[in-house]
Amino acid sequence: MERILPFLTALSRRRFLETAGAVTLAMASRPAAAEAAAEPVSMPTENVTLTVNGRRHALDLDPRTTLLDALRERLGLTGTKKGCDQGQCGACTVIVNGQRINSCLTLAVMHTGDEITTIEGLEEDGNLHPMQAAFVRHDGLQCGYCTPGQICSAVALLAEHKAGWPSYATADVATAPVLTDAEIAERMSGNICRCSAYANIVSAIREVAEGGRT
Amino acid sequence: MKPFHYERASSVASACASATEPTTKFIAGGTNLLDLMKLQIETPTHLVDIAPLPLAQIEETAEGGLRIGARVTNSVLAADMRVRRRYPVLSQAILAGASTQLRNKATTGGNLLQRTRCAYFYDTTKPCNKRMPGSGCAALDGLNRMNAVIGVSNDCIAAHGSDMAVAMAVLDARVETVAADGATRTIPIDALYRAPGNTPHIETVLAPGEMIQSVLLPPPPPGRQLYRKVRDRASYAFALVSVAAVVAREGDLVSAARVAFGGISYKPWRSAEAEAALVGAPATRASFDAAGRAALKDAHGYGYNDFKIPLARRTLRAVLADATGVI
Repeated sequence: MERILPFLTALSRRRFLETAGAVTLAMASRPAAAEAAAEPVSMPTENVTLTVNGRRHALDLDPRTTLLDALRERLGLTGTKKGCDQGQCGACTVIVNGQRINSCLTLAVMHTGDEITTIEGLEEDGNLHPMQAAFVRHDGLQCGYCTPGQICSAVALLAEHKAGWPSYATADVATAPVLTDAEIAERMSGNICRCSAYANIVSAIREVAEGGRT
Repeated sequence: MKPFHYERASSVASACASATEPTTKFIAGGTNLLDLMKLQIETPTHLVDIAPLPLAQIEETAEGGLRIGARVTNSVLAADMRVRRRYPVLSQAILAGASTQLRNKATTGGNLLQRTRCAYFYDTTKPCNKRMPGSGCAALDGLNRMNAVIGVSNDCIAAHGSDMAVAMAVLDARVETVAADGATRTIPIDALYRAPGNTPHIETVLAPGEMIQSVLLPPPPPGRQLYRKVRDRASYAFALVSVAAVVAREGDLVSAARVAFGGISYKPWRSAEAEAALVGAPATRASFDAAGRAALKDAHGYGYNDFKIPLARRTLRAVLADATGVI
């Protein structure tokens, strides 16, 4: 239901694309559409307080709202992207309590009290986060759609590595691994880049890992 | 997604009591459940969020093992230094699964109870006895490349997707549960899963309202621990075949062996046959091949997944060779 509502508002390009997508989806899955029509129009909502980029937001949400949809549709933080909406592409990656997650596969109601950081929260005093600057410098993108997720993922990756977390690329999981290109690639495998800017993404991350621009 | 009532659990007892209705589900990480709810494959009317429950610890046990709380995330478990030093096969297996983003949410209990990734289970336009009992199995004559080759039935050939569970099977993990009436029990991981038979929609022996509270790892068995996963791409893909092994060698002989496979059955497939063939046998490629033949003797391909049988044998041989230093 929520996805049909944009028809009633001004048809901005974003809204138009969204709505067109929803219609295609509905046509592809007719039983779902028929059931949706039979649902009550107003669902009980939950009070949720989300802390995003240091700001608290009190929201009344349908419990079905994913964290991703709450960020984008309710808080207007459209930097976080919706790609596959099923945890396969990583475009929706945000950082929650210091750990990166797919915001499409978690409910907003499950995040009261959590500290959520999105791409909009990485800059400090108007300056790009070092990882953002490195992506620009290394040309770690082409179309840019996956980039906010890639950057949030990369920022969290460095913290995980600093904490000594191993990866599947770590030969001996009992040791603290060195952040080789193979380690970076393995640790970034949850972020797909269809333009295939991987080589430059890896070099951007390596530069920040090694202490930034020299 | 169908509408549901959302509840934060206040205690284990109240959570279990709320969940006795089949339309109620526990939610922990949610990475599998929410995906299935979006597709209306899962349609709970009531979700009980177990995040407030004190089930996120990893503790030493008196017998020298570890007790892992059901809510411990896959990332935290794989990174725990006790696991990395004493149960490296478990760390390796967890790290072989999914992506860091998913492992940061996915939990120990949820990982065990994840549902199959069979393409026909996910495709709601196709028959599936697991999703809709009695509707048939589209995978039998379909594109069944990812499906199981052993222990399954003509009603369902879905494979279990977990890597973590394969390592837990080889470590003799036990699942500790609590039921709605407060009764607790301990289930060997191998006995947690029910063979599909003609009721593939019933996947575990857990009763409605019964919650996994923790997983118990006995002290680590002697031998070298290894996990190897074979898949379509280098990272972030489900296993075609995987092997977890714990193997010890004395002189030229294999003195102890535990073997489990992933990707080939409805559950992590521990192979007593392979283990029996290995213990006391010379550590040679011929012995490893014999173990592989013993492990897969009852396997049956369904067309596109025939390759999994030789692939499982060869992966086992490679792992055993690696573990024993045989070239």
